[in-house]
Amino acid sequence: MQMTGAQILVQSLKDEGVDIMFGYPGGVLLDFYDALFNSGIRHILPKHEQAAAHAADGYARSSGRVGVCIATSGPGATNLVTGVATAYMDSVPLVVLTGQVATHMIGGDAFQEADIIGITRPVTKHSYLVMKTEDIARIVQEAFHIASTGRPGPVLVDLPKDVLAGKAKYHRPKSVNIRGYKPKVEGHLGQIRRVINEIKKARKAVIYAGGGVILSDASGELLKLAEFNQIPVTNTLLGLGSFPADHPLFLGMLGMHGTYRANMTIHESDLILAIGARFDDRVTGNIAKFAPNARIVHIDIDPSAISKNIVVHVPVVGDVKGVLKELNSLLKREEPVWGEIREKWLAQVRQWSEERPLSYDRDSHQIKPQHVIERLSELAPDDAIIATEVGQNQMWTAQFYKFNRPRTLLSSGGLGTMGYGFPAAMGAQFANPGRLVVDIAGDASIQMNIQELATIAQHNLPVKILILNNCFLGMVRQWQELFYDARYSSTCLASNPDFVKIAEAYGVKGIRVEEKKDVDAALTEMIKHDGPVVLEVMVDREEGVYPMVPAGAASSDMIFGPKRKEEKKLKAVK
Amino acid sequence: MKHTISVTVENRPGVLSRVVGLFSGRGFNIESLSVGETIDPEISRITIVTRGDDRIIEQVTKQLRKLVDVIKVTDLTDLNFVDRELILIKISATEKTKAEILRINDIFRGKIVDVSPASYTFEITGDESKIQAFIRLVKPFGVKEIARTGKVAVSREL
Repeated sequence: MQMTGAQILVQSLKDEGVDIMFGYPGGVLLDFYDALFNSGIRHILPKHEQAAAHAADGYARSSGRVGVCIATSGPGATNLVTGVATAYMDSVPLVVLTGQVATHMIGGDAFQEADIIGITRPVTKHSYLVMKTEDIARIVQEAFHIASTGRPGPVLVDLPKDVLAGKAKYHRPKSVNIRGYKPKVEGHLGQIRRVINEIKKARKAVIYAGGGVILSDASGELLKLAEFNQIPVTNTLLGLGSFPADHPLFLGMLGMHGTYRANMTIHESDLILAIGARFDDRVTGNIAKFAPNARIVHIDIDPSAISKNIVVHVPVVGDVKGVLKELNSLLKREEPVWGEIREKWLAQVRQWSEERPLSYDRDSHQIKPQHVIERLSELAPDDAIIATEVGQNQMWTAQFYKFNRPRTLLSSGGLGTMGYGFPAAMGAQFANPGRLVVDIAGDASIQMNIQELATIAQHNLPVKILILNNCFLGMVRQWQELFYDARYSSTCLASNPDFVKIAEAYGVKGIRVEEKKDVDAALTEMIKHDGPVVLEVMVDREEGVYPMVPAGAASSDMIFGPKRKEEKKLKAVK
Repeated sequence: MKHTISVTVENRPGVLSRVVGLFSGRGFNIESLSVGETIDPEISRITIVTRGDDRIIEQVTKQLRKLVDVIKVTDLTDLNFVDRELILIKISATEKTKAEILRINDIFRGKIVDVSPASYTFEITGDESKIQAFIRLVKPFGVKEIARTGKVAVSREL
């Protein structure tokens, strides 16, 4: 039976199991939107295409499924770019559909034409310009396969108007076969044996686990590995939730705003087991001074991640879950003497914990942002999903919120996209209707996609937005305070709107808290409310995120606040 | 160090720009580039000559392998290989210089592909040192135009 390209596209999405997508229609997509009408696929209309991409991303990260978004040609497509780049940097599986002008008009500067394939080439895992209607089914199938296998990432499919309008038979190939794309999944057994030897030899081992553990659904295997060998675990930002935060072996996040104990443990270790992580500069600090005495084992599915930033002694290329399973089963046959060997090391780690725990002025009469996050962490259920924006709100969340389960933190780690959190929370709430979803935001970043209040109001989607309002671009202000003599150039948000009134204008419940004593009640009210809430908390304006490893310093070279002696020394380093 | 990298790819629009984009996106220069179909018309071979230390080249080849349209990547530099380049070069010629120019061309076993009252155009094939030597020798006569194919290379079987 002949079908239009638009019908084939809808059928292909259904065959991939798509039940919801986020998109914004336009001229060249009219055929598609007509085919989508009454198709059974739920379509969510955000108020800006960027939010469609982030919502698909939040849907994917929180559920493990492929997120789908669509936008029209030209500006619709270019508005997706930030969302696509965000997903690419954090290895999120997305299928991004864009409309395109008709094939005979491509390259002619037609109305709403943009070379979106060219624009997104560096930020997609792969992309397709579909030139024939009969190719749609195969290409969509390949796109889902590529997006979700190997190291996941966004795949863009550009669909010209005449290709969607044209007719062909629907034919979905039985399986995907791409000769240039065969991701290596199983780890090399010889390499895994070498890892065991490294673990046996080590006296001061540490596990550095990243987002790859979550992508691979390997939290259980990670827990076994750590417990059996009594190896402490630190997480990257995207790794948070892959290991229970309340576990005695957990060190917290490492890196620029990592805990003192995590950074000291890494720095002093003689073996780092890097699992699904990529030695990002925010993690390593000055790479030349990173973990000077450590042997490095790196387990990752992406061969190009190995020895990219740091020389690795034992690489294992493969899917984290499979590799850890193999590793655990081989280790079980070894003598369990690990506990005794590691006891001295664990005692040292405990000492670091006691020396410099994460802290802030708990007695302050002002509302400290860390206090708000700590209280939220206490009051929210264990399966709550927390999205963040980017900046101080993100780092305080990473430090003070206890993530005990995988896929409960949604944050733009690689690209650092302000405006990510709210639409991502929206996508996560669609994927997890019964769970509490909170976007922890700053007053600056929430304004980058605040228009989505209309979307959550429309669907009565119970997303909670917690704005930590310091009337600053807080993180930039902090750097200016530390390294630019507190000259607050363009970081003061003097003309913030009344967020409660904004919420109310969209028909969303708004709450403002200005007194410390009211924080708990407001958080509880927010959590209990059966619908969306904007909770604005007026926090201490000049609170900073500490500890902090200044750019260019060794990761053991932390500063703990703006008024300490260390500051001057590190200023000189800059 | 100079590396000659041979990449077989799907013969499709946009593939070359993906390959080249990996270099430009990292600020690496490509010294020469040539592309053509292989015996299988669905597959093209791209030969890239680039410079970089071992870590950079390792990273580049890994990134190339990650591209979905890339089938195989071989750094020929580590192997025994032959490479050739073809140039078309138009040289100014006068009554006085003609004989000397033709003699040089003979020595390099070049072909005359075009003649005009004031110039010769030669086709020269060879490896890098031969091509460079030829250009050096004819430069004093005045090179009006030069077009180079970029290097093509294959590994040796023995």
